[in-house]
Amino acid sequence: MGFTTLFRKEMLRFLKVSVQTVAAPVLTSALYLVIFGQVLEGRLQVFEGVRYISFLVPGLVMMSVLQNAFANSSSSLIQSKITGNIVFVLLAPVSYLEFFWAYVAASVVRGLAVGGAVLAVTAWFVELRLEAPLWTAAFALLGAALAGALGLLAGIVSEKIDQLAAFQNFVILPLTMLSGVFYSIHSLPALWRGLSHGNPFFYMIDGFRYGFFGASDVAPLVSLALVASAFLAVATVCLLLLKSGYKLRT
Amino acid sequence: MHALSGVSLAIEPGEFFGLLGPNGAGKTTLINVIAGLARADAGTVSVMGADTVSAYRRARRMLGVVPQELVFDPFFTVRETLRLQSGYFGIRGNDAWIDEVMAHLDLSGKADANMRSLSGGMKRRVLIAQALVHKPPVIVLDEPTAGVDVELRQGLWQFVGRLNRDGHTIVLTTHYLEEAELHCSRIAMLKAGRVVALDSTHNLLAHFAGSRTTARVIARDGTQFTLELSGYDQLEAELARLRQSGVEIADLELDRPDLEQVFLRLTS
Repeated sequence: MGFTTLFRKEMLRFLKVSVQTVAAPVLTSALYLVIFGQVLEGRLQVFEGVRYISFLVPGLVMMSVLQNAFANSSSSLIQSKITGNIVFVLLAPVSYLEFFWAYVAASVVRGLAVGGAVLAVTAWFVELRLEAPLWTAAFALLGAALAGALGLLAGIVSEKIDQLAAFQNFVILPLTMLSGVFYSIHSLPALWRGLSHGNPFFYMIDGFRYGFFGASDVAPLVSLALVASAFLAVATVCLLLLKSGYKLRT
Repeated sequence: MHALSGVSLAIEPGEFFGLLGPNGAGKTTLINVIAGLARADAGTVSVMGADTVSAYRRARRMLGVVPQELVFDPFFTVRETLRLQSGYFGIRGNDAWIDEVMAHLDLSGKADANMRSLSGGMKRRVLIAQALVHKPPVIVLDEPTAGVDVELRQGLWQFVGRLNRDGHTIVLTTHYLEEAELHCSRIAMLKAGRVVALDSTHNLLAHFAGSRTTARVIARDGTQFTLELSGYDQLEAELARLRQSGVEIADLELDRPDLEQVFLRLTS
């Protein structure tokens, strides 16, 4: 019941400001599609028989999923900590497991809602086929969960908005932009290609894209295993911090 | 440096207990430890027999805490806030009790107002309502009347008094000592994290009344004398001394010690 209520509260929180939390990121992604799609269309060929603009859409969708899942848990928790209303949850018999899953589940829902909306909007401009929808669903779900857990971790550790912004700007944004949203890592020099293999966001986008085209830079099962491992690692850290009350209870 | 040191006290079920002390004495830290918001380096706290660490779920269900800070979630209305708080405690369909609590706290007219739009006094009422949604047997009020108008203060004390008569244990911290004197049956005074006094309000007052007091003597010619007494037993001797020096006593006033005097003597 603690989980259900906290999940519901987190859902209501982002739905009440859906223009900011859903509509705005959809517009941003549509602009990316218009600008990059128009500029690079015809200049890049990533997969055989796939137009660049079609290649771009799954990457933009997954980027929206990840960024919004991260933003949901991180911004909600930091706001609650700064305004002090986190006390209402801390005073209640809500376990650290319920706390973790409620924040992550709401982040997943927001990530998928924004990703779904981006897909719906971009589908007007681009013809897409879905070769392996289960892979797409698995990467979207697991990727959103990982980003939500990362957001929760950032929210727990941060004490001020600018600390969270630093995490978002210097960790999440570079990892997202350098994950192959706009290109295939095969088009990169060897050094950057090697570095990309250390970026968990690359595997999420590559695997998600596999579901659309049946082609990827890395075997989807390997990507899924790596994303799942990254989620387990971040979730473990989050749960240990929540259990100890780190920066939540004095 | 410890915020609390060697604090050991038991509050009986149904008591109206006061926790007094100057700023920084450790009152809020003690409440935070009881509520699980802060962790003690050593020692244990239990609420109605439930350990606040090993049986924290049961302990928190027994406890309703009104925090000192005026905190609120700006995304929600008053009713939504109270429904969410009920849900955190595992209660669904709590609207009948929520309506009753809101009515007692004069919040019914603001049920659908966003928390941001409420005045400070109204936000304080919502904090109190949030602490009561799960009908806890123990209610902790940390400075509940700070910044609250007289009308609400009276309504609040009537409501809290009723809860106490219904069997709820009330733990109160307040800077308004007259409130503690009026409502609390027993009081602990904290200073620098330690309990410096723990007794019934009556005994604390009686003890200090018996030790030091002031008498004002008014003579027939209108002259006034102030006598500083170390105890009531000194009074007759002092009056006899005045009579011997030719003073005709017309009236006599004895200062009744209040909690403020007790508080100042123990914490200064």
